[in-house]
Amino acid sequence: METYSFLREFADSWMLLFLFLFFLAIVFWVFRPGASKEYKDTASIPFRHEDKPATTEEART
Amino acid sequence: MVNYFKLIALALITFFAMIAANYARDLAYMVHALLIAGVSFGLFIWVLRKTGTEQVHPQDEYMDDVVRFGVVATAFWGVVGFLVGVFIAFQLAFPALNFEWAQGFANFGRLRPLHTSAVIFAFGGNALIATSFYVVQRTSAARLWGGNLGWFVFWGYQLFIVLAATGYLLGGTQSKEYAEPEWYVDLWLTIVWVAYLAVFLGTVIKRKEPHIYVANWFFLAFIVTVAMLHVVNNLTIPVSIFGSKSVIVWAGVQDAMVQWWYGHNAVGFFLTAGFLGMMYYFIPKQAERPVFSYKLSIIHFWALIFLYIWAGPHHLHYTALPDWASTLGMVFSVVLWMPSWGGMINGLMTLSGAWDKLRTDPVIRMMVISVGFYGMSTFEGPMMSIRAVNSLSHYTDWTIGHVHSGALGWNGMITFGCLYFLVPVLWKRERLYSLQLVSWHFWLATIGIVLYAASMWVTGIMEGLMWREVDANGFLVNSFADTVAAKFPMYVVRGLGGVLFLAGSLIMCYNLWMTVRKAPAKEASLSVAVPAE
Repeated sequence: METYSFLREFADSWMLLFLFLFFLAIVFWVFRPGASKEYKDTASIPFRHEDKPATTEEART
Repeated sequence: MVNYFKLIALALITFFAMIAANYARDLAYMVHALLIAGVSFGLFIWVLRKTGTEQVHPQDEYMDDVVRFGVVATAFWGVVGFLVGVFIAFQLAFPALNFEWAQGFANFGRLRPLHTSAVIFAFGGNALIATSFYVVQRTSAARLWGGNLGWFVFWGYQLFIVLAATGYLLGGTQSKEYAEPEWYVDLWLTIVWVAYLAVFLGTVIKRKEPHIYVANWFFLAFIVTVAMLHVVNNLTIPVSIFGSKSVIVWAGVQDAMVQWWYGHNAVGFFLTAGFLGMMYYFIPKQAERPVFSYKLSIIHFWALIFLYIWAGPHHLHYTALPDWASTLGMVFSVVLWMPSWGGMINGLMTLSGAWDKLRTDPVIRMMVISVGFYGMSTFEGPMMSIRAVNSLSHYTDWTIGHVHSGALGWNGMITFGCLYFLVPVLWKRERLYSLQLVSWHFWLATIGIVLYAASMWVTGIMEGLMWREVDANGFLVNSFADTVAAKFPMYVVRGLGGVLFLAGSLIMCYNLWMTVRKAPAKEASLSVAVPAE
């Protein structure tokens, strides 16, 4: 099979399926249990460390 | 030690640039070679005078002086870009403005790419670099990575802008929309862009926060995708190393497809993803409440980048492009409506519970109307990508109106909002000089956009209908010149809309200048010295 036809067939079958499942997985992952609590913390990042970087002691890892 | 290598490199660049100027095959190349020789010689002197001094980078402070320069550059290039836009709008209405003495330099064909690049890459690009440097430091709780590399990105990008702009006026262009600069300017931008990626990614990697805030995801997608688009769309072979002319490696319809894969994703990732990064940081900051739904923002991100990359073929309906490709582009464009509106809802709903701020704070009003225009133009875009609609709208002024409601409304207004937020913070002022002037700017800009978009709808649809009008025998009724004559009143209205938008931006510059000069200071001095104020 020539390269063009092969790539086209691959793109509109397996690759499409992979990308679609990848996207679905992200949606399910976002709604995993316990996510809300974590995202609440992440969403408030802009309201911390406005004036200077975090020191090593207060680093949150 | 590093300075000695810098001096040797700069001396070599100066030397070879002068040789290149001597052998130059065309005017644009010669002027650019002289420009590069001058810049690198100036840098040589500058580095020489500073040899022996080490610049310090205190890790317990944010690197904000480069952001301050970025804010000034954004305002400056914005005014330049709008001014050129207003002028070429009147050139279309009154062709006499294509002055005889300036033929070949300042006629419409030469000035149009100057306008588009000045507003997209100079105004928008500087806004993106400045805000991304500001946001990535705050949300990573870390100083910018790479020391002076941030300065290299800023000044290197200004050099790219100057090379691109002068090139257009002197005829150094490869005639690819939004990718007009010739091969050596493209190579320079690639170097600057890789440095930009390194600075941004380096800061994200050394972050003190466990999570990467969503704004940084959008900024990163913008930087990475633009690098990929830029390289693939500019794979050219120069005719001579001493000339600006180059030949693209793609042929025929492949070249067209690569160009619009680039062109539409320049819209999708430069003007959308990057500016959404601004939205996700500055709207929560100005509204003083976290983003409406962080879950939605993650889905928004992945949906947007998965879909946008396929939408390009809608620029090539009814061409040599295979039908399946143009249908693919159309379908993805229509599906793209969903994540776009998801993002719009996320931005707008961030204000829920704080809607009263719209009455009292003209800066948040500016940000909200920008998100409103984003929603409007991301509804209009998918509609225009449908093949049947496109057969009417394509090649008409409707497209121009669509681009401007997106660029002036969404990109312009959100940038103005960010500048109004940033200047008091960066220059440590208590508040802006005048909120009343912000209101003036808001209304002038809004009315300007409405005049622009409305006149372009009218003239675009009229033009599309006139082109396809046939008489009883199947002959076309109108010649092309008939449509040009019929468009005159709308062209004048469009130019006036541009004048209002430009006036608003001048008011903004005055207001920001007075904020730095006159507004009460929060602290006695800026914690980091501002060089060359």
